[in-house]
Amino acid sequence: MFKWFGKVNYTPYTKVSDFAQHLRDGRLMGSRCNSCGATSFPPRADCEECLSGDFEFFEVSGRAKLHTFTKIVAAPTGFEDVAPYLVGVVDLEEGGRALAWFGDSIAEDEVEIGMELQVVPRIFEESEEIKVYYSLEPPGTTWSKTELS
Amino acid sequence: MKRVGIIGIGHGVFGRRSDATVQELAFEAFRAALDDAGIERHLIDASVIGSVPEYHKQRSLAGVVQEYLGLVPKPTWLTEVACASGSAAMRTGWMAIRAGLHQVVAIIGCQKMTELSTAEILALMGRVGEVQWESGFGTTFPGYYAMFAKRHMHEYGTTREQILEVAVKNHFYGAKNPNALFRKEITTEKAMASEEVATPFQVYDCCANADGAACVILAAEDKAKEISAKPVWLDGVAAATASMSVLRRPHLVGLPSAEYAAAEAYAMAGVGPTDVKVAQVHDCFTIAEIMAYEDLGFCEKGEGGPFVADRQTYIGGQVAVNVDGGLKAKGHPIGATGVSMTYEIAKQLRGEAGERQVPDADVGLTHNVGGIGQYCFVQVLKRD
Repeated sequence: MFKWFGKVNYTPYTKVSDFAQHLRDGRLMGSRCNSCGATSFPPRADCEECLSGDFEFFEVSGRAKLHTFTKIVAAPTGFEDVAPYLVGVVDLEEGGRALAWFGDSIAEDEVEIGMELQVVPRIFEESEEIKVYYSLEPPGTTWSKTELS
Repeated sequence: MKRVGIIGIGHGVFGRRSDATVQELAFEAFRAALDDAGIERHLIDASVIGSVPEYHKQRSLAGVVQEYLGLVPKPTWLTEVACASGSAAMRTGWMAIRAGLHQVVAIIGCQKMTELSTAEILALMGRVGEVQWESGFGTTFPGYYAMFAKRHMHEYGTTREQILEVAVKNHFYGAKNPNALFRKEITTEKAMASEEVATPFQVYDCCANADGAACVILAAEDKAKEISAKPVWLDGVAAATASMSVLRRPHLVGLPSAEYAAAEAYAMAGVGPTDVKVAQVHDCFTIAEIMAYEDLGFCEKGEGGPFVADRQTYIGGQVAVNVDGGLKAKGHPIGATGVSMTYEIAKQLRGEAGERQVPDADVGLTHNVGGIGQYCFVQVLKRD
């Protein structure tokens, strides 16, 4: 169900497709190699270290620090209606990085490199089809989760 | 190992070329390079075309260019590594000569960016990043380089004024280049007043799409000496990659591919950064030129801002950079850009750059980046 991920999705089919389902359930998942234990966020099916294709998902906390950001004013196709929008790259506490939008809970003038953030699973409420993504929110932000199936 | 020499160079006018097809643009540059070399085209054993296919209506462009240049039945092939496609063409032509397969190879970088509608361009722009994890958030080319700029400003205290100094310098020289798209000088105040694109970038931080072509004719050492009175030697021809995803880069304050390719190119040519008198670097955005100074070793990491503000990259400074206007003022027909860089360095090393001539230019360098740094090609060129 990876087609659920992103406002515009260019890659509906992937070996890490369940990521989107977990995101809908309120869980942010990285991948762990079942052969050598190497972890990755974003998840990948095939291990970069030992080249094994045997992996499992594991939940990451989403606690992060802002590495860099920009406000995109000139938007590409599919994003005209939300422009301008703030995009950040964060370093995750468990390793790896995520690129995401800032949520409305953070004002533009509060954004600074190094600030602590929480990567929060989100669903586009206004969309009829299921669309999931994650956003950057203040530390301590809570959200609902379903039990891990 | 035998050297590979440049025996002919040609360049068309960059800009909105509604008057010509892409093969007609290629012809202008090719014809000029043949005249410059003073050879007949039957001496050319093969051509390599540097171009990015998704901008053209014509599919599989190389064959069409080959036909229009009258080079059939000699072989041709296309190289594509985004905005570094021209340098990839140079490198594979160089390989073919070094391998002994061909003696004389024409390298043609050509691109029409204006065949697509604005809507088609905006759709393409949405897929410049890693499409699985990044493009779904509406990332753009200027957006990525803007994030490099923000991080560079944060880590090193680089200022907006220093960053825009790159645009001011490149417009200053572009005004003196008859092949350039923008031929007028700008001021920092004017650049600061331009529209926002992706913070901190404004319009004057970004290069412009253009149509255009450039051609360089390469020959094996013996042949180059026989044909040309003033060959320029392609002694360092390096290439490297970095992860496409910014989520998997070791840092976001430079391009690891450029650091790697630079070290390799210097080693191949037996020179160091302080030997370089003139350089063409990939200033697709202002910060890209500042990061290039650092990645190429022209200055210490983090010192790129003060380096340009101190006029160290103007003619008369430590190393003259982009004194043809760079991508910023000359325009950026992506497949042509790498070949255009080599054209300019060859002109400089031959002492034929006119009012833009760098005194005593004996070692030159090109730095051509594909995408947001997933590819980088660095060449070191020398004269006798």
